[in-house]
Amino acid sequence: MITARREAWTGRLLLILMMAVTLLPFVSLFVTALHPSGTYPAGLAWPGDPQWGNFLRAFEAANMGALLWSSVLIVLGVVPLSILLGTMAGFALGHLRLVGGRVVFLLFVLGLTLPFEGIITPLYYQIRDMGLLNTRWAIILPLIGLFMPFSVFWMRAHFVNMPGELSESARMDGANVWQLFRRIHVPLAMPAISSLGILLFLWTWNQFLLAIVLVDDPAKRTMSGALGAFQGQWGTDIPLLCAGSLLILTPTLVIFLIFQRHFVKALLQGSLKG
Amino acid sequence: MTAHPAGGRSAHRRPARSRPRRARGLAGWLFVLPALAFYAVFVLRPVTLTFQYSLYDWNGIGASTWVGLANYGKVFTEPDLFDSLVNAFQLIVFFSAVPVVLGLAIAATIRRIAASRLALVARTVLFLPQVIPLVAAGIAWSWLLASTGVVNQLLTLVGLGGVTRAWLGDFATALPAVGMIGAWVLLGLCTLLLLAGMSKIDPALYEAARLDGAGPWREFVSITVPSLRQEIAVCVTVTVIAALASFDIIYIATQGGPGNTTMVPGLQIFYLAFSEREVGTASALAMVLMLLVIACALPIQWFAKDGNK
Repeated sequence: MITARREAWTGRLLLILMMAVTLLPFVSLFVTALHPSGTYPAGLAWPGDPQWGNFLRAFEAANMGALLWSSVLIVLGVVPLSILLGTMAGFALGHLRLVGGRVVFLLFVLGLTLPFEGIITPLYYQIRDMGLLNTRWAIILPLIGLFMPFSVFWMRAHFVNMPGELSESARMDGANVWQLFRRIHVPLAMPAISSLGILLFLWTWNQFLLAIVLVDDPAKRTMSGALGAFQGQWGTDIPLLCAGSLLILTPTLVIFLIFQRHFVKALLQGSLKG
Repeated sequence: MTAHPAGGRSAHRRPARSRPRRARGLAGWLFVLPALAFYAVFVLRPVTLTFQYSLYDWNGIGASTWVGLANYGKVFTEPDLFDSLVNAFQLIVFFSAVPVVLGLAIAATIRRIAASRLALVARTVLFLPQVIPLVAAGIAWSWLLASTGVVNQLLTLVGLGGVTRAWLGDFATALPAVGMIGAWVLLGLCTLLLLAGMSKIDPALYEAARLDGAGPWREFVSITVPSLRQEIAVCVTVTVIAALASFDIIYIATQGGPGNTTMVPGLQIFYLAFSEREVGTASALAMVLMLLVIACALPIQWFAKDGNK
């Protein structure tokens, strides 16, 4: 009994310590962002005269409105289509037992661990030849392709566990494959689909490499890519840089806090399956 | 392509349904085709092109010359290139070993209070590093690790003022410092994954162990770790890939410097291809990186599967 209580207290202490370490960078960004711009604040020190205006200046300097809009457009281009294609392919490969389906599935699985850096060079020339450099399509189209292995893998894992009788009875009623998919299997797959959507949203929003290589104009990049440019431009003005970083990570933070239960579930399952 | 007899198991029912089955097969392929098309155009084609480029000397603009495997020779002999691979493997210590070992220890300690309100709050907080862009983590930590940053402030506070330095700018500490940023990003995820795995362990096992007189350490080694085989494998896979393929954090925090001490393959490929215009060498390094990632990920997966069957 005494050991159990002591264990519980060590546990609590450890948790609090871990949370402190996790939050430290955020606190530091916040405190530093309030110092007069152009100064080099020493460590964690509350400024005598907090400069709340820094956030406003960073908002304007980073052109946040345009950035937000750009990221939203990219997410809207990537996520719905990836979900649709991934769900369709996952359904066919997991439920319909296609002849030769295993080979195709293995081909997708091979792409699961692919580091984006591995293909960034030919991708650049390919996108250039398609005339898409410096447009949002340069990020949207490759990302859909790059997300296919995971999307197909994820959705197939769901459909493989659906009982075959479900489809049999629908077929008896004369449903064709598309109706079977649309009316019966998609509604049942909604939990898996929404987790996939959360993960894809996060990965798109935070995509950095494709954004800095394929798009020069920060206003057409993802938030993350734009932050890279912001650092290049304002890297010497530490308080402004910190204010800008905080602003740029706010949208994901807000969405995370709203949907945190789904997020945590999706991320845990996502890494378990991936 | 080999045809797998997928319908073999229901052979006795087959004659009556062979026609609709074939029709469904065709319709089924229509379901796969769009996904496959995107994958082929934007992943498979670039992968083959990477291999093709890796056999040529090409500056990205003019004519290219066939050089065979010479670019691969360069990757393994030129110190600048080879060191980036060595650095990536050293990063594994920080990206994988630290989060997994610490995560195990922490999860084992907080297992008993996993359902408390504090633990629920912690779940949210510990996930934050997974949600924010790595770029933001890089910026925040560059500032924390700067010569006047919080890390040095804390060290001075506990009487270790002598070791303070610009952690990311020092030849000896830059790589471990970058590694700590990665550990910060991945620790929460590993802890929570392992904790979720621990909640599935049958409590009767622990009671039996207690009755046999096992202490906490014995419990940990004989029950907790073996039961978490799959979760540990997942943590190791995710973190090893994150280390080998790291880019964002290093691009922001050190750009590979000072010198080449934090150069990693991902960043090296980026510089070679887009600044130094050595597309062939960049592609050879890219091939090596892709193969390394697969070579590391596959055995871990097999290891995890073995334990289950």
